[in-house]
Amino acid sequence: MQRKLLRGSLALPALLIGSWAQAGWQLNMPRGVTDISHQVYDLHMLTLWVCVVIGVLVFGVMFYSMYKHRKSKGAVSADFHESTKVELAWTLIPAAVIFGIGVKATYVLADMYNVDDAEMTVEVVGYQWRWRYRYLSDDPDTEVTFFSNMATDWDEINNLVDKNPNYLLDVDEPMVLPTGTKVRFILTSADVIHSWWVPALAVKKDAVPGIANEAWTIINEPGTYRGQCTELCGKDHGFMPVVVEAVTPEEFDAWLAVKQDEARQMAELTGRDWSMAELMERGQSVYNTSCASCHQVDGSGNAPTFPALRGSDYVRGDIDDVIDIILNGKRGSMMPAFRDQLSEVDTAAVTTYIRNAWGNNVGDMVTPVDILDIKAGQ
Amino acid sequence: MTTATHDHDHDHDHHGPAKGITRWLYTTNHKDIGTMYLWFSFAMFLLGGTFAMVIRAELFQPGLQLVSPEFFNQMTTMHGLVMVFGAVMPAFVGLANWMIPMMIGAPDMALPRMNNLSFWILPFAFALLVSTLFMEGGGPNFGWTFYAPLSTTYAPPSTTYFIFAVHIMGASSIMGAINIVATILNMRAPGMTMMKMPLFVWTWLITSYLLIAVMPVLAGVVTMMLFDIHFATSFFDAAGGGSPILFQHLFWFFGHPEVYIMILPAFGIVSAIIPAFARKPLFGYSSMVYATASIAFLSFIVWGHHMFTVGIPFLGQAFFMWSTMLIAVPTGVKVFNWVTTMFRGSMTFETPMLFALAFVVLFTIGGFSGLMLAVAPVDFQYHDTYFVVAHFHYVLVPGAVFSIMAAVYYWLPKWSGRMYNETMGKVHFWLSFVGVNILFFPQHFLGLAGMPRRIPDYALQFTNFNMISSVGGFLFGLSQLLFLYIVVHTVVAGKKAPAKPWDGAEGLEWTVDSPAPYHTFSTPPKIN
Ligand code: HEC
Ligand SMILES: [Cu+2]
Repeated sequence: MQRKLLRGSLALPALLIGSWAQAGWQLNMPRGVTDISHQVYDLHMLTLWVCVVIGVLVFGVMFYSMYKHRKSKGAVSADFHESTKVELAWTLIPAAVIFGIGVKATYVLADMYNVDDAEMTVEVVGYQWRWRYRYLSDDPDTEVTFFSNMATDWDEINNLVDKNPNYLLDVDEPMVLPTGTKVRFILTSADVIHSWWVPALAVKKDAVPGIANEAWTIINEPGTYRGQCTELCGKDHGFMPVVVEAVTPEEFDAWLAVKQDEARQMAELTGRDWSMAELMERGQSVYNTSCASCHQVDGSGNAPTFPALRGSDYVRGDIDDVIDIILNGKRGSMMPAFRDQLSEVDTAAVTTYIRNAWGNNVGDMVTPVDILDIKAGQ
Repeated sequence: MTTATHDHDHDHDHHGPAKGITRWLYTTNHKDIGTMYLWFSFAMFLLGGTFAMVIRAELFQPGLQLVSPEFFNQMTTMHGLVMVFGAVMPAFVGLANWMIPMMIGAPDMALPRMNNLSFWILPFAFALLVSTLFMEGGGPNFGWTFYAPLSTTYAPPSTTYFIFAVHIMGASSIMGAINIVATILNMRAPGMTMMKMPLFVWTWLITSYLLIAVMPVLAGVVTMMLFDIHFATSFFDAAGGGSPILFQHLFWFFGHPEVYIMILPAFGIVSAIIPAFARKPLFGYSSMVYATASIAFLSFIVWGHHMFTVGIPFLGQAFFMWSTMLIAVPTGVKVFNWVTTMFRGSMTFETPMLFALAFVVLFTIGGFSGLMLAVAPVDFQYHDTYFVVAHFHYVLVPGAVFSIMAAVYYWLPKWSGRMYNETMGKVHFWLSFVGVNILFFPQHFLGLAGMPRRIPDYALQFTNFNMISSVGGFLFGLSQLLFLYIVVHTVVAGKKAPAKPWDGAEGLEWTVDSPAPYHTFSTPPKIN
C-alpha cells in the first residue's frame, strides 16, 4: 500500500504532462458519427444556448441590482412587490421557448424509436462484468457469438506498470459492424442491470434481466468507437468497456465469413463422434484454463472455499448433477455458471475429464450432443 | 405586584429546561428538538463528507490507489444515503422545528411527544446503517438508488439492516411531516391567515404533504426487497416473473418528489433572506405560493425522466419529457421573483445574503442542466454520467446545503442570542463558494466527454478534470470545519445579539428576545 502510494505520487507529474499531451481537456459532447448523434448534438447545443441566453439576462439583472442598488451607494429601496402582467410574461415566454425545444426533441425521439427496416440484428447481453454479442442469423450453425472482455491488464489498474492510451477502454474482441447499414440491437442481461453506451453513436440502452430492449444505429464513418457500461452493476462496473469497430460492408462481410466459418467448425465439432481419449485431452486444457484457478490443477481444491474435485463424491456421483453445476454454477457461492462461457464441446470435455482424471476413474463420458440436448431442455 | 412576580417565578420553575442529559432525552420543546436535529444533521454532514473525501481521493488520479472497487461502491452508496436522509432532510426538519412555531405565533409544535420520538429514532437508524460497513460482506454497495436485482439477489447480507434503517428514517420523516401539517393548520395565531404565512411555512406545508405521500412508497419498496431476499418472492426478480423495472418505477415515484422535498424548504429560506437584505418586500408572494404548489404537483408525474434509458415506450418517454420540461416554468418564476426582489432594493451583503445570492445563481445553473437532462433524446448521452452528478450536486450543495447555511447564519442570533463573527462568516462563504465550483463545475465536462458515474477508476482522458474536481472537493470539505468553528465560537463567545439584528428582516420571530425564550407566544401575538 505504502509503496503503491509512493509510486502514485511520483507518477503524478509525469501523468499530468502525459495527459496534457493527450488533450485531456475535452469540454463538450462529441458530435458522433451517425445522423442521430448529430441531431442529438444539435439539440444539446440548442438547449445549452437557450440556457446561456436566459442565464445572461437573469444574472445580468441580478448583478446589475447588486452593483447599483446597494445600500452603501445610498440606494433607497422601492416598494413594488406585485405585477400580474410581469408574472404572466415570465410564465408564458419561457413556456413558449420550452415548447419549441420540446417539439424538436419529440421528432428526434420518434426517430430513435423507429427500429423498422433494420438490415441486421446484434444481440447484446450484459454479464457481470463483460458483454456477449450475438449476430442473429437464420442458420443456427453459423450464428456468431462471442464475449467481449476488458483487455486492460490489472497491473495497469494497480499502478504497477504504465497505462496504455486506451486504458480501461480496450477489449479482447470488439463488436464489428458495417458502415452505412441499419443495425438493430436487442439488449438484455444475464444477471443485474447494465447499460450499453457508445457516445459516438448516441446509443445508450439498459440491459435489463428478463426484458429485451431495442435500439438501432447507422454508422457513417469507419473507425473504432469506445464507451463503457453506465449502470452500476457491482464490483467491476468500471471495468466493462464497450468497443465498436465500424468497417466497410465488404470488410464486414469478410470478417463475418471468417467468424461464421469458426462457428460452423464448432458446430461440426459438436456433431462429430468423440472418443474418450480426445475428450480427456481437450478436457484437460479446458480445465487448466477455466477451472484450475479455483480447484487447482491437480483437482485438490483450496479448502474451505474451493472444494477438491479429486475424490469428490459429488464429481463421481450422478453425472447430471455434475453437468448441472458446471452449466448453472451454484447460487450463493463462487462457483460460476459456465453455460455461456464454454462451448458444448468444452463442457462435455471438462465433465468427462474431471470424472476420470486424478484417479476419479468413473469410466463414463458425455458427448457434446448430450450437452446440447441438456441445454435445450433447460 | 407581588402576586405577579410570584407567578412569574412559578412559571420559570415549571417550564424552564430540565437539567443535564434528561433535558435532551425527554424534551418536547420545539426549540430543543430543533437544536438536536440541526446538530445531528451537521454530524451526518461531516460523516457523509468524509465518505465523499474518500471518493475524491481515489478519483484524484487514474488507477486504484486507496480503496478497492468493492469499498468504493460502499462509499458512493453511503455518501448518498447519509447526505440525503441524514444531513439535508433532518437539517430542514430542524429549521422547521425552530422556526415554524415562532413564525406563525404558536407556542410549540402540535404534537410535541411525537416530535421527540421522531428525532430520537434517527440516531438509531444511522447507527444501524453505518454499522453495516463493519459487517461481513460490507455495507450497501448498490448506490443510493439501490436498484434491484443488484440490491436483492446480488446484495451483501447487510442489506437487511439497510432496509430496517430506511424504515426507521421513513417513520421519522412521516411523523415529522404530520406534526408540521398539524401545527400549521391548527396553531396559527389569530389573524395569521394562510396567505400571510411566511414562505418558509408555506414551502414546508407543501413539503410535508409530499413526504406523507411518498415515504410510504419507499417503505413499500424496501419491504418488497426484504420479501425478495428472505421469503422467496419475486417482485423484482425476472426469473420468478417479477421485474427490475417495477423497482425503478416505485423507487422514482418516491425519489422524484424526494428531490423537491430537499429543495422546497430552501426556496422558503431564500424567500425570507433576500427581502431582508434587499430591504424590499418579496416580489410576487402569491405567485411564489402557486409556483411551489405547481412544482409539488408536477413532481408526482415526472419520475420517468430518471428512467429514459430503461426502455419506456415512445409515448411514455414523450410524456415524461414534456412534463419534466414544464417544471422549468414555475421554477423560472421563482428565480425571476427573487431577482426582481433585489431590483431597486437597498442591498447589503452579510453572510446569510451571500449564501442566498450564491443559491440563486448556482441553483439556477443546476436548473439549466436539469432542463437539458429533461430533453429525452439528449438524455441518452447524459444519463448516468458525471453530467448528472454535476447537475444534482449543483441543486443539492450550493442549492439545498447553501440555503441551510444561509438559514443558520440568519437565525443563529435568534437561537443563541449571540452574533457570529462577520469576517469569519464571509471567509467561510468564499471558501465554500470557490470550493464548490471547482469541485462540481468540471464534472459537467467529464460527463459530456463520456465519464460514467459510480466508477472507481477512469480512462486517461478524464484525468485533468478529476484532479481539479478533487482539489475543489478537499477545499470545500475543509471549509466546513471552519463553519463548525464559527458556530461553536458564536454560541460560547459571540457578541450579544439584539432581538432584531437585521434591520430589513420581517416576521414574528424577530419580535421576541434573542435568544428566544424557552417558551414563546404562550399567549398568541396580535397580527394586523
Ligand atoms: C471462481 C472459482 C471457481 C471456478 C473458476 C470454478 N469453480 Fe467449481 N466450485 C467453486 C466453488 C466455490 C464450489 C463450491 C460450491 C458449493 O458447494 O458451495 C465449486 C464446486 C464445484 C463442483 C462441485 C464439487 C463438490 O464436491 O461439491 C464441481 C463439480 C465444480 N465446481 C466444477 C468446476 C469446473 C468443471 C470448473 C471449470 C469449468 C469450475 N468448477 C470452476 C469455485 C469455482
Ligand atoms: Cu455493467
